[in-house]
Amino acid sequence: MITSRLALAAAEPEDTNPLIPHTPEIVISLIVFGLIFFLLKKLVIPAFEKAYAERTAAIEGGIEEAQAAQKEAKAALDQYNEQLAGARHEAAAIREEAKEQGAQIIAELRAQAQAEAERITSTAHAQVEAERAQVLAQLKGEVGSMATQLAGRIVGESLDDDARQKRTVERFIAELEESAN
Amino acid sequence: MTLALTAFAASAEPPSPGPADFDLPAVFHIGEFGVTKPMLLVVLSLFVIVGLFSTMARPAAVVPGRMQFAGELVYGFVRNGIARENIGSAEFMRFVPYLFTIFLFVLVNNFYGLFPFLQFPSMSHIGYPLAIAILSWLVYNGAGIKKKGFLGYLKHETVPGGMKGPILILLVPLEFLSNILLRPITLTLRLFATMFAGHLLLILFSLGGSYLLLHSDNSLALPAGLVSSLLAIAISFLEILIMFLQAYVFTLLSSMYIGEALADEH
Repeated sequence: MITSRLALAAAEPEDTNPLIPHTPEIVISLIVFGLIFFLLKKLVIPAFEKAYAERTAAIEGGIEEAQAAQKEAKAALDQYNEQLAGARHEAAAIREEAKEQGAQIIAELRAQAQAEAERITSTAHAQVEAERAQVLAQLKGEVGSMATQLAGRIVGESLDDDARQKRTVERFIAELEESAN
Repeated sequence: MTLALTAFAASAEPPSPGPADFDLPAVFHIGEFGVTKPMLLVVLSLFVIVGLFSTMARPAAVVPGRMQFAGELVYGFVRNGIARENIGSAEFMRFVPYLFTIFLFVLVNNFYGLFPFLQFPSMSHIGYPLAIAILSWLVYNGAGIKKKGFLGYLKHETVPGGMKGPILILLVPLEFLSNILLRPITLTLRLFATMFAGHLLLILFSLGGSYLLLHSDNSLALPAGLVSSLLAIAISFLEILIMFLQAYVFTLLSSMYIGEALADEH
């Protein structure tokens, strides 16, 4: 097609070969291109770059803020965990101490109770012993006088009758019992 | 194209679209100098690009509005998707304004091809892409020479890493040809030719369609004209993709050349 056109172009007076550039077109292209380049560089690109930079800064700022918040939260959590561990430890220590104290108190009380019981027992023993001694002393005195009385009565009555004697002794004992009552 | 269409509607001759259709008559004259449609379109792109993007960039808000978001999408695409990927995060910022300008300049001038009433891709005139290709050539070679010195840069671009001995006699001229001489030409031709061919296809199918539907007496003209018109629409959609891709490729290759010129090793 182009070759036939070239032949045609050669025949025609006007040159229509599209492959031959026209100087004015190159010049106009360069001028317009230069102007567009200059204006874009001065007006458009700085604005776009500014928007980019600000957006990047905003996003990075947001990320940094989030990271700081996360760090803070983590620190707080660590602190709480530490406090919790401390409290647990303390509670365990207190429990242990209480257990020890309780055991001690029980032991003390037991010892005290035993001592008291021993004291009471020994007091009772002493009292019983004293009462017995008193009764015995009293009895000794009374037995003497009663023997004397009984002998007197036996002597006062006729001593020949065994049965009578026996009755006398029984009577005496009954009297003795009555007087004792 | 619209001009051609109206001019054609009067006559009943079958259309024969060709390179001549790209040689539009001057819209007006300043002295001897004829101002053509693509010249006006290229100048218009200055106002479109700067007006649109300064409006979108002005708020410079941390939370962008709809306009700013759209602008940032395009800017971020060139800045991060193209420049940083290919040049590396250490040095790419210096080249972002240049690459951003290439992308928008090529994109807008390509999209003119499908914009109602404008309907002419300025990049289908070889002078416009050639100018940017020369700029890119200056930029990447300049960056390399500034970093490595003239001879150091020449060695960096022409001697492949790990190569030794007589093979270099073959490789060095080849590398010089491909890395230094041909790059501006391929950049120019790729953009120019796709825009040229795309626009030519659109002219062909739309003019052909309208001729077949309106002026032909052939019995097959009606279905052929319908298919031709439908193809014109389909190709328009394809062109949207190609127009974007060419802007992307031009920017991408420029950034790759810069990245390569600055790279420490091959």
